[in-house]
Formats: sequence, C-alpha cells, structure tokens
Amino acid sequence: MSNDPKRWVAGHVAALPKSGIRDFFELVAKMKGQDVISLGVGEPDFVTPWNIREAAIFALERGKTYYTSNLGMIELRRAISTYVTEHFGVDYRPEDQVIVTVGVSEALDLALRAFCNPGDKVMFHQPCYVSYHPSISLVHAQGVAVPTFAKDNFALTAEALRAAWQPGCKVLMLNLPCNPTGGTCDRIQLEAIAAFCREKDLLVLSDEIYSELTFEGTHTSIASLPGMAERTVFLHGFSKAFAMTGWRLGYACGPAALIDAMMKVHQYTMLCASIIAQEAALEALTRGWDSVLMMREQYHRRRDLVVRRFNEIGLKCHSPRGSFYAFPSVAATGRNEKDFASGLLLEQKVAVVPGSAFGENGVGHVRACFATSYEQLIVACDRIERFVQAPQK
Amino acid sequence: MNPVLKLLLEGGSLTTAQIAQVAGFSVSEVEQHLEQLKKDKILLGWRPVLDLSREAAAAATVRAVIEVKISPERGGGFNRLAERLARFDEVESCYLMSGGYDLLVFVKGASLQKVAGFVSEKLSTIEGVLSTSTHFMLRCYKDQGFLLDVGEATTTRLNVAP
Repeated sequence: MSNDPKRWVAGHVAALPKSGIRDFFELVAKMKGQDVISLGVGEPDFVTPWNIREAAIFALERGKTYYTSNLGMIELRRAISTYVTEHFGVDYRPEDQVIVTVGVSEALDLALRAFCNPGDKVMFHQPCYVSYHPSISLVHAQGVAVPTFAKDNFALTAEALRAAWQPGCKVLMLNLPCNPTGGTCDRIQLEAIAAFCREKDLLVLSDEIYSELTFEGTHTSIASLPGMAERTVFLHGFSKAFAMTGWRLGYACGPAALIDAMMKVHQYTMLCASIIAQEAALEALTRGWDSVLMMREQYHRRRDLVVRRFNEIGLKCHSPRGSFYAFPSVAATGRNEKDFASGLLLEQKVAVVPGSAFGENGVGHVRACFATSYEQLIVACDRIERFVQAPQK
Repeated sequence: MNPVLKLLLEGGSLTTAQIAQVAGFSVSEVEQHLEQLKKDKILLGWRPVLDLSREAAAAATVRAVIEVKISPERGGGFNRLAERLARFDEVESCYLMSGGYDLLVFVKGASLQKVAGFVSEKLSTIEGVLSTSTHFMLRCYKDQGFLLDVGEATTTRLNVAP
C-alpha cells in the first residue's frame, strides 16, 4: 500500500489547478526587501474608515461576542435591505430574503452548493475572478466559460452568451464590474443578457462587489430589470466599497426559497458570520457613505492616470468603467503576459498579474490594480515605460 | 472645483510634477492653476506640518489657546479688534466663535513667560478686551489631519492577491 498522504485527497480537489496567482505570489515573495511596487493586489489600499473600526471596538467593549442568528443580525439585514433598495432599486425583505455571509466568496459557494446538482452546467464570463471555475468544480458541476473581449471593453454580450450556451446550462454567474478586467455592462447590454436568461430559464448569481466603484454612468443591477428579481441571487459585500476586505463580510439577497436553501448550507457549515464584523458593517451602512465617495473619487483619478500612461507607453488599455483594475494588452511588446509580468518584476520591480491567471481569455493582458498611492502609481508607470522601451533580453 | 485645488485638499504632499501627472495637465498648466489660486486669495501659502516635540531645538516652544471676550463696536462688530489682535506675530490663528466667549486665539512663544507676558502686556491691555482665559497645550496628538506618534500600523497588505 502506498504511504503517500495524497492518496486521501479527494479526486476532484486533486484535479483543481493551482491558482496562477499563487505562482506569481511566490515569485514576488522571493523579492522581499527589494523596492517592489505591487500593482498585484486585489484590495483597497485604504484602511477601513475609523468610525467603522471604532464601532467594532465599541461592540467588543459591550461584550458582543456571541453567535448571531444564522441569517445575520436583523438590524444589519434591515440596513442591507434599505441600502440595496436605495442603491440598486430592488426590494428584499430583511426577514427571509437576505443572508449575511463570510465574504461574497462564501455567498457564492453557498449558492453553488444550494443550487447545483452534480453535472449541472454553470456559465461564467471569462477572464474572471480566480475562484469562479474552481468553486463550480468543487460542487461537481461543470463550468461553461463565456469569453469577453477587449473590443467590447470586456463587457459580456448576449451574443457570446448564446454562442457558448449548451443544453444543461442552469446557472449564469455575473461579476460586473469585473475583476480582473474592470469590464461592465450598461443597461441595454444587461437587458439583452436578461432576455437570454429568461429564454433559457437560467438562474443568475450576480456578484456586484465592485458596483460602488463605478466611475461613469450609473451601475445597473440585473436584479432590477423586469422579471429578473425572481431568478437572480444578488451577491454583495463590504470589502471593496468600504475597504473592509479582512473583515470577511458579504451578503446574498434573493427569493425566499433560494435564500432558505443557502441558509441550510450556511447553518451547517458556517453557523453565522462574525458578530464583530456584522457590527462594523452596520456602522458602514449607516454612516460610511461619505468615505465610499471619497475613496471612489481617488480611484477615479488614479484610473485616469494609469490608463492614460499605459496608452502613452503603448500598452493598449480600455478605460475600465468600474473596479480598481486596469487590464492592458501587452501584445505590442512582443511578449506574452507571463514573460511580461515576470520580466517587469525582475527588471523594474513592478508586480502585475498575468491575465492568464484569470482564465485562458486573459492571455495577452496583465491586471494592474490601481488601488495604491498617486506617488507609487507615477513611479510604477515610469518603470513600466522603461521596461517596455528597453531592448528585450 | 478646480482639480488642482481638489488634490491639494486631499492633503497629500504631491510635487507640481506629480499633480500634473495625476490631474492630466502639463506642469505649466498646474503652475498656472496655482498662480490663479494665489491671485484669487484661495491659496495663501505653504506650511509643513511638523511634530516639533521630536526636534530638541524647537521642543521648548510653548503653545496656548486663549479665550478672549471683547466688546463689539457699532459699525464694525468684532472685526476691528479681531484684526488688531491677529496681527501680532505671536498669534498663529484667530477665530470668531459662538458661545461663551468671542475670540479663540492660538498663540506660540519661546517660553511660558513669553506667552504669559504677551497675554498680560499686549492682549489684555487692548481697549475693548474684557477678559482672557489662557490654556496651555501640553501635548499634541493630531495636527491638521496628521496623527502624531500613534500612526497607523504599517501596511500588511499581501503583495499579490486575487
């Protein structure tokens, strides 16, 4: 008998590919102590606003250290319900249509576990957040990637959706604005996608974590379109808009029967989200909006800076309407995205993430996060310019 | 709002060249904006924010806040007296306040005696000054948006994250 501990690892887990981000993380970690400017992060550079942190301290002082209801504190669910109505134009009852989760990541996992039978097909647009495809595989469902293209500014189109559709598709995962492309869909594009979902009876899981960071126009949630609330689970959280990544707090809203199914999985696996994070989130929704606006304004200016510089340097880059990611093409440099990213890191000490880490449709691009200071962005762009102009080794 | 003014209000310490990059202007355009802000008397000058407790030569500087009651005058209200007080070099800031007193005056001096002397010999002897109440500052925790000593923890953000 083999003594290799790997024999105990489940087949579908062993089969998951290693995250391309992980490889790159290790490469950057080796350069510790050198003056590396990282545009490789996926989180705000702002610390959580003080009033939110202070609310958590206050909660601890008052001894708020217990479990909460499985669905989350009712005060928080009420605040979420009000916030979603005001900002997204969809009404959810706090009593049975809202569930508070450990980040949007848990909400997505709950949804996939609650709604997918083994073998069901789940459509997702790609390039996409690194965990989408693995999360689908983990519930023994089958991922169906729908490409998005630079020519469309990485918006998802109904045509691409129709071309990728196949019998057995049950769920569509959306992430608009999108990590890593910053691509998003306007209302007209969303209406076409919504019509397709109704035609094919698809359930939509809409991860709108970057929605507050929309710089032009207004963000439209697919859940707000006619006939969509009843087939959409709206997923959102506090990480990006309120700079609360480490608190791990998200939520899902949807038809009561779907939220109840997600709650079943949640109660047996997570029980509830951290009460301290929930208290902080309540403060964020009650008194945090000014901070969101301040941060958005800064991201907006930083976006304009990096997109302008990338295009000047010759890295063709669309202006992402949302998120804090630029997704320039490196094709003009004659390098592929992996050589570009590792060469840039080793020669000029700027970290960006190869687009292929976000799926095969990300080839030829890199993701550069502009959630860092103006000073650092200016230096990083100058370094990228030197790298692009230097003769290739 | 003027985009250059917006960046100044964020409180960073960008150079003219950096402001130009961020706002998408040329350096000379930024200089023109700054010149215009000066002409409009919006931008009055530049001052560093310093923690002088760390600089031995300056650490002895004494700062005080003085609540001053003055009698308003027909025609000018509090303005003439306030402007007269504000002109002293010892006065760093001077505000007209609502509430229990009229002017709040921030003063500095090389020693406690010098500040006390300024209050007793200059400030309170001005005709129209009814009373003063001087509070010496013992320690500064936050100045113009900057935390002193108790700064934020250095970032522990991962270098690469999904």
